[in-house]
Amino acid sequence: MVQQLGRLKESASQTAGPYVHIGLTPNFCGIAGVYPEDLGTRLVGEKTRGERVRIEMRVIDGTGTPLKDVLVETWQADADGLYNSPSETRGAADPHFPGWARIASDMETGLLAFDTVKPGRVPFPDGRMMAPHISLWIVARGINLGLATRLYFSDEEEANAEDPVLTRLEHQNRVPTLIATRRDDTYTFDIHLQGDKETVFFDI
Amino acid sequence: MKNAKPETGSFFQRDRTWHPPVLTPLYKTSVTRSPQRAPISFANTLSEITGPTFDHEILGALDNDLTLNFARPGESAIGPRIIVYGRVLDERGIGLPNVLVEFWQANAGGRYRHKKDGYLAPLDPNFGGCGRAITDEEGNYSFRTVMPGPYPWPNGPNDWRPAHIHFSVFGHGFVQRLITQMYFEGDPMIWQCPIVGTIPDRAAVEGLIAALDMAATVPMDARAYKFDLVLRGRRSTLFENRMEGN
Repeated sequence: MVQQLGRLKESASQTAGPYVHIGLTPNFCGIAGVYPEDLGTRLVGEKTRGERVRIEMRVIDGTGTPLKDVLVETWQADADGLYNSPSETRGAADPHFPGWARIASDMETGLLAFDTVKPGRVPFPDGRMMAPHISLWIVARGINLGLATRLYFSDEEEANAEDPVLTRLEHQNRVPTLIATRRDDTYTFDIHLQGDKETVFFDI
Repeated sequence: MKNAKPETGSFFQRDRTWHPPVLTPLYKTSVTRSPQRAPISFANTLSEITGPTFDHEILGALDNDLTLNFARPGESAIGPRIIVYGRVLDERGIGLPNVLVEFWQANAGGRYRHKKDGYLAPLDPNFGGCGRAITDEEGNYSFRTVMPGPYPWPNGPNDWRPAHIHFSVFGHGFVQRLITQMYFEGDPMIWQCPIVGTIPDRAAVEGLIAALDMAATVPMDARAYKFDLVLRGRRSTLFENRMEGN
């Protein structure tokens, strides 16, 4: 026998369920008057630095049907590649950009749309620069543990080609599942939970 | 204060034998919503180590009182009055200060205030079902509510959820993000439930069952349940900080 390490176990995850909106976006689901506004609905203000872009996502199940009860949270650096977090040690991020958003899908169409700025590049631990990306966390009925993935940008071909996360994927034919397509100022990004077009998810 | 200096270490990896797997066919909706390919791992980068924080100033006076925060003046929600309290810790046993905890639940009859819930039990006009708190310097949170009722759901032909409260917790890094459910000590429905049953390890389920804590009750007012939440721990950053204090 040796001494115990004395660590606790992480609380086990459970699905967010179909009524996740009650807790996380109550105004969106018609519960008015408890909070002045839902958290994470405004990323960009007049003073935010950087290029404004719109992102339109869908999360699609194994039968090809968009989820209409999905909730996605996003986390990204500001236009200069700095995170608005106490754990960011490289400098102060844009005070007018929280970096975090929470988006509930449209209950009829499944569309997840939000306005943000394009993030700057952030270094990998070994110093190489990662391509601009947004971290996504996906929860819904039927998802037992929130799914983590990243959104990269189709007009960053050079940066994507040298990104330390994208280049280390064994199956390079899956890289396109992580790249949002630009048209004008809007990127579209379909997340496939299952099947031939399955998006790459991360255990990080 | 232990966490005066923000931590920048990478997180302990998740124990995926402890969490529910993605595919749990007895919980039917997981069948078409579960990835079939293995998730890809890589070392934590700044994108994983950092995460949003929330200011206590966002909280309204009734945000942690579900008996009142949707109620008409002078009225309150119907149901057994309870206090739910506990700490948000990480796997090292350190209380996590200033983390946002959000919770939502059905009313005492098992009915959710959501247009997709068609259960015949009535809505309570004085109950919304949402609340939130931010932990104090030691990681403590608490809220008042009414005990939620069990409710039937279209999974098997006669499946009922145990009484539960949904919890969403942030931590300090985006990959600590967690959503789970709290169950109540002694509820026989816990061990019947296909969603509880997605968790392979009985000890992991027991970690989600809040204990009745008579010592924390307010006599003639509300009973109390204690529910601690544990988030992923993180490594010390020996190379970036002074050795002392690690």
